[in-house]
Amino acid sequence: MVDVAASVALQQPSRWAMGFRRGGARLWVGGAIVAVLILVALLAPWIAPHDPIEQDLLSGQLPPAWMHGGDTAYLLGTDSLGRDVLSRLIYAARVAVVVGFVAALLAGAIGITLGLIAGSFGGWIDQATSRLIDVWMAFPPILLSIVLAAVIGAGLTSVILAIVVVDWTRFARIIRAETAVQLQRDYAMAARVIGLNRGQTLRLEILPNLVPLVVTLLAVEMGVAILVEVILSFVGISVAGDTPTWGGMIAEGRQIIYQSPWVMAFAIGCVIVSVVGFNLLGDGLRTALDPVQRR
Amino acid sequence: MRWGEIIKRLVLIPPTLAGVGVIVFVLLRIVPGDPIAMMIPPGASAADIDRLRALYGLDRSIPEQFVSWFGHVLSGDFGRSISLRQSVSELILARLPATLELALVATLIAIALGLAVALTGVYFRGRRLEWAVDGGIGVFLAIPDFLWALILLLSFGVLIPLLPTSGRIDPQIDVSFRTNFYLFESLLRGRIDVVGALLSHMLLPAIALALPFAALIARLLKASLSEAEDQDYAQIARARGFARPAILLREVFPNALIPTIALGGVQITLLLGGTVLVERIFSYEGIGNMAIDAVINRDFPLIQGLILTFAVLFIALNLAVDVVVTLLDPRLRHG
Repeated sequence: MVDVAASVALQQPSRWAMGFRRGGARLWVGGAIVAVLILVALLAPWIAPHDPIEQDLLSGQLPPAWMHGGDTAYLLGTDSLGRDVLSRLIYAARVAVVVGFVAALLAGAIGITLGLIAGSFGGWIDQATSRLIDVWMAFPPILLSIVLAAVIGAGLTSVILAIVVVDWTRFARIIRAETAVQLQRDYAMAARVIGLNRGQTLRLEILPNLVPLVVTLLAVEMGVAILVEVILSFVGISVAGDTPTWGGMIAEGRQIIYQSPWVMAFAIGCVIVSVVGFNLLGDGLRTALDPVQRR
Repeated sequence: MRWGEIIKRLVLIPPTLAGVGVIVFVLLRIVPGDPIAMMIPPGASAADIDRLRALYGLDRSIPEQFVSWFGHVLSGDFGRSISLRQSVSELILARLPATLELALVATLIAIALGLAVALTGVYFRGRRLEWAVDGGIGVFLAIPDFLWALILLLSFGVLIPLLPTSGRIDPQIDVSFRTNFYLFESLLRGRIDVVGALLSHMLLPAIALALPFAALIARLLKASLSEAEDQDYAQIARARGFARPAILLREVFPNALIPTIALGGVQITLLLGGTVLVERIFSYEGIGNMAIDAVINRDFPLIQGLILTFAVLFIALNLAVDVVVTLLDPRLRHG
């Protein structure tokens, strides 16, 4: 017995390493995109060529530098107020990253806690949580976010809250089902037999087995959160005023879609690259960490 | 999903809808914006404002307002829209057909595309084309409908202006139809000109809604097809000399269909929820577009009515999918 335990312990770190190798191209491409996104957000003041809110009305709606009439000072052109599109895109990454990470982690914390409780206690607690999820699933999610953001008012906190309140069910539903499944497994039974109580079983046995699922869900949810922020900005109820956001740029770009379609196109491009990045990362992590494929 | 389960689900519908009603109602009552402030003319006296407030019941306590509103909802009366000053039920019923037709056309496009892609992917299993199909499915799944809507608007509305990008039909076409199901009615009446105009307006928003759903169908169906093709009966058919396309279509496909409907069917609700933004982007006159206006105008009765309408549609669709799966799957039918 001692030998087996020791050899398993020795394999532990290499399991993760092997997983990351198995995650393949998706994991690396997704990870790279997300890493670049975070770097751009962090370094925005140093890499942006202009002040994102500085207006230059004399050079409004300039096309990108390589197009006819473009100006090399404004690499991706300017919007209708003469603001530098590239700098705005770079600064907008900050809102996207903050919303993505904070909203996903909060929604995850709430959803995972409720899912674990419902899945492990069963009975009326499970029933109550499931009915609550039913009610939530009956809402059109986008409309609910829009109503919430409108209710709470403009601002970063409002956007994050709107996402958390809508999306906690994504975690709760899956974690609840998975907890119930894991508790039926032999190893969970064994944990009860050797005298662990419910809390210890959850913490020591069930939770470690849910980690791959949780990591994957979080990565995907970060992409979703970025999208919801874009949607709210697009509808006009996101972070206030001058703060550049991709959704806001899409909405502004739509007003001048016939004169300067590139404003909208570049903003859409940024959103797509980020969302695809988070999805690839989630997919890659799922393959890399999946306990079934690990064997 | 056995029949017993379905009955249990039916029983849960009224409490679920009541829950949706309570949440929307309470949420809207803590809004800082005042709907009355948006409808009064400048210079209205305090007495006028109070009278309006009383007219819309906004002077009473939240529980009182809820009981009164929900009582009326049960009898089919959703109240009056504050911004449009019409009955909410009439407004929704007038716009709902446009959304349902759009969602239906989008679903049909998604099914056709998803089937074609899945069959192509499975046919080229193990070859480079399968890899390309899988990659394509991944990208199309990751990009949501409203981004497709913007991409399509940019490509086929602006860069290569092929299709109309706004509205449901050209204003000069006369549609004095009996119902607002323009597409169905023009098809029944044989008004080909109207059908063409409707479809050309519907095409871009419908494709935007269809693409992510098509990718989902393709992924689910392709996985089920691959699994089914490895089963003994398919291998035996192959050994007996049947051509692979014939086996795929006649033997494998029917068996792969049930899991695809069971897992993918519920996602129609996502497509329906997506109409909110896609309709907005293409100025399509459905209930989704109306909902955003209602939020912007703080039109409480209209928002409540619209959210309940979506909730009813979502629940009905989920139930319909369960019933279809139960009918199709012999193991459940006799279970």
